[in-house]
Amino acid sequence: MAKFFAITILVIAILSAVPVVRNTWHPVEDVSSHGQAIDDQLSETMWEAGISFLASQILLAWLIWRFSGPRPGEKSKSFPGGAKGLVIGAIVLVGVEVFALGIFGVKAWGNIYFTQPSADAIPIQVQAGQFAFYFRYPGPDGKFGPLHADKISEANQNFFGLDPANDPESRDDIVTAEMAIPVNKEVRLLMHAKDVSHSFYVPALRIHQDFVPGLDLQLHFTATKVGKYEIVCSQLCGLGHYNMKAYLSVLSQQDYDDWIKKEQAMQ
Amino acid sequence: MRIKQTSLIVLALIVCSSLMFAGTISGKVTYTGTPAHQKPIDMSKEPSCAKQHATPVTTETVVTGPNNALENVVVYISSGAPDDGQVPAQAVTFEQKGCQYLPHVLAMHVNQELKIVNSDQTSHNIHPLAKVNREWNKSQPPGTPPISEKYDKPEFISVKCNVHPWMHGEFAVLNTNHFDVSKGGGDFKLANLPPGKYTITAWHEDYGTQTADVTITGNETKDVNFTFKAKAY
Repeated sequence: MAKFFAITILVIAILSAVPVVRNTWHPVEDVSSHGQAIDDQLSETMWEAGISFLASQILLAWLIWRFSGPRPGEKSKSFPGGAKGLVIGAIVLVGVEVFALGIFGVKAWGNIYFTQPSADAIPIQVQAGQFAFYFRYPGPDGKFGPLHADKISEANQNFFGLDPANDPESRDDIVTAEMAIPVNKEVRLLMHAKDVSHSFYVPALRIHQDFVPGLDLQLHFTATKVGKYEIVCSQLCGLGHYNMKAYLSVLSQQDYDDWIKKEQAMQ
Repeated sequence: MRIKQTSLIVLALIVCSSLMFAGTISGKVTYTGTPAHQKPIDMSKEPSCAKQHATPVTTETVVTGPNNALENVVVYISSGAPDDGQVPAQAVTFEQKGCQYLPHVLAMHVNQELKIVNSDQTSHNIHPLAKVNREWNKSQPPGTPPISEKYDKPEFISVKCNVHPWMHGEFAVLNTNHFDVSKGGGDFKLANLPPGKYTITAWHEDYGTQTADVTITGNETKDVNFTFKAKAY
């Protein structure tokens, strides 16, 4: 019975490792300039955890096979050092592994969060509210007009609460329901939540950031391939969370200029 | 004998005369100035609705017609007519279609049945923002039967959809059956009025309310016009 159990453990361990090693379910293609470091980090984590997993399962299977059902007269054996040795060994082994992953991970993280956007990054503001994302571009004057929460009127498409009557900088702001950016140009994303917590997640861009009500957050990134991607809300925000998304189009510079002109005309 | 016959005749006359009330107040609602530009609505978040509109629809806060006509103005008798008390048996319908509310402004009598229909392939969550009446919101997946509701106090109620932020409509819950909502030409008509001194009110969701006093003496048609001042933003 015990030997059968040992074989089962081995089979399960190997079978579950196969699709991972063969990369059967791989993440969507990375189209960002910073995403490689994140993918490498995930890959390293998978390898280290995977090797530890396989090693521990194989060891467990062998120990069960070898030492279960003791023959008559045989003294039962114990791990050298006893339980104390085992525990210390496990702590050191796992501790070193996690620590190492943390060190490598900090670099990938810091590259996104602790670097400044370049001075000519395109500023785009995104507001997350139940249950849609709306975007604002500064327009020809390059400035965002002030926001007034009491002027928000969804019926009039004034999602941000702009007051063009009294704020001249708001008059050329472009508010859109979809986001478009030019390829290979850095974007500085200014994020805030209108009501509860939401999250901005674009898998292809390796960008994932929560909106926290009350906080103004910034992200910067560069997209490297033209295409249409989904921005999905990935923080449960209410009954419409399942339906909360927007589309991000990465366009050539010419197409992006045309798009901005078209959106400006619709304001 | 004669008293009974006389009273029967008098009763018959009274009944007949009340059925013959044909006083009418009618007119046009117009605006002066330049209304704010109605913005196109981007429904890309809801593709099943977006594809129903070849060109994007616009917001309907201010809907105008030829010759400066102003649509979606609720014109009703606010005083002078005793409340009919008669709740119409027929329900009024508010439809969610193409991620829009049709009609944009729906007028009804207090306690009249309101039927809310979802004709779209997506779920809606209708949320009338009542302040005097009970505030509620209801989810309505596609293919489910109409929601039946009613309001027991007069009020103008803004309606929004919790799932689709651009959807907007208005309910006018009124204490009278004498009401009309101006359409294409800005025309309205309040018919079958008994003689009396009336105050009529014209309400627009953005431009406010105006009133006018009208006296009906018999079966005439009185002409009353309302002019609202447009707002630039």
